[in-house]
Amino acid sequence: MTLVSIIFAGILTYFTRMTMIALISRDRLGDRIKAVLEYVPSAVFPAIIFPGIFINDYGAFIEMNDPKIFGALVAVIVGYFSKNIIATILAGLISYWFLIFVVFS
Amino acid sequence: MLSKKQLFTRGMLDISPHMLSVIPFGIICGAIGVELGFNPYLVYAMSFIIFGGASQIVFLQLLSGGASSLVAVASVGIINSRHLLYGAVLSEYLEKLSFIKKLLISYVVVDQGFSESNKFFKKNRSEEYLHYHLIGTGCTMWVCWQIATLSGIILGSFVPEELGLKFAIPLTFIAIVVQDLKKIDHLIVMITCGLSSLLFFDAPFKSYIIISPLIALFVAALLLRLKK
Repeated sequence: MTLVSIIFAGILTYFTRMTMIALISRDRLGDRIKAVLEYVPSAVFPAIIFPGIFINDYGAFIEMNDPKIFGALVAVIVGYFSKNIIATILAGLISYWFLIFVVFS
Repeated sequence: MLSKKQLFTRGMLDISPHMLSVIPFGIICGAIGVELGFNPYLVYAMSFIIFGGASQIVFLQLLSGGASSLVAVASVGIINSRHLLYGAVLSEYLEKLSFIKKLLISYVVVDQGFSESNKFFKKNRSEEYLHYHLIGTGCTMWVCWQIATLSGIILGSFVPEELGLKFAIPLTFIAIVVQDLKKIDHLIVMITCGLSSLLFFDAPFKSYIIISPLIALFVAALLLRLKK
């Protein structure tokens, strides 16, 4: 790993952040595109959530009885009703720990 | 009308719950770099120069696995290309800023900051200094990320691996989208994205992370057409 490759990766990343904010005029996007952009959070974050739950560190699918699936379900339920970020994260983690340290140990 | 300082503070407060998952992840990220045998200064330089959580880990893992720098750099670019979508959404609220301010603010746009600031912007369109909320979320994330990765580099993985704290990352994003589950169109878009990400997980350069949102947005466009 060299500093040069890090700098290139950094410049590339910066361009992904900056291009649409600074270089593209909002007026150039049509109304239909603007309407579709409303869905960006729902269209992007599951691509982080699903692999984070269903795929393990070695790139393989987990078993259907994996504690992560249970933890994620608990997080969804607690998150939905509590509307609280910390409660959601803690509920998911604690139920996951409960399974791996108490039930399956 | 809220002052700049109030908006900045509000941004800080809105993103701070996410630090519960970001800080352990940052520590893991720093520790992995050193464990894989990289120069600690370079591992830290990534947090400053790239400033992009998951892409930093992928960069390290690819290089330690013998991939060429070109492949590693390209993967970072592709993983982070989702920021193009965030920028397209945020541009509506940042339009009035000067070019220089746009260039500066872009550096601190991150997933959780985008999501929390976007939620705030939608409800408070009329505020004059809206962008201070985004600066608040971005700067909070930046400071926490630098401290977390630095501690991981210096102290090693003092977060026990058995705790599986990487799992906090999907949880933090569940907290972000969970309220939209009750809207049927959003639910369909989320499931499309999630299933696509599993289907395309092995696509080269980690490109599933941009392929699946594009498929999901295509489905969103179809849904909009049906609604009319």
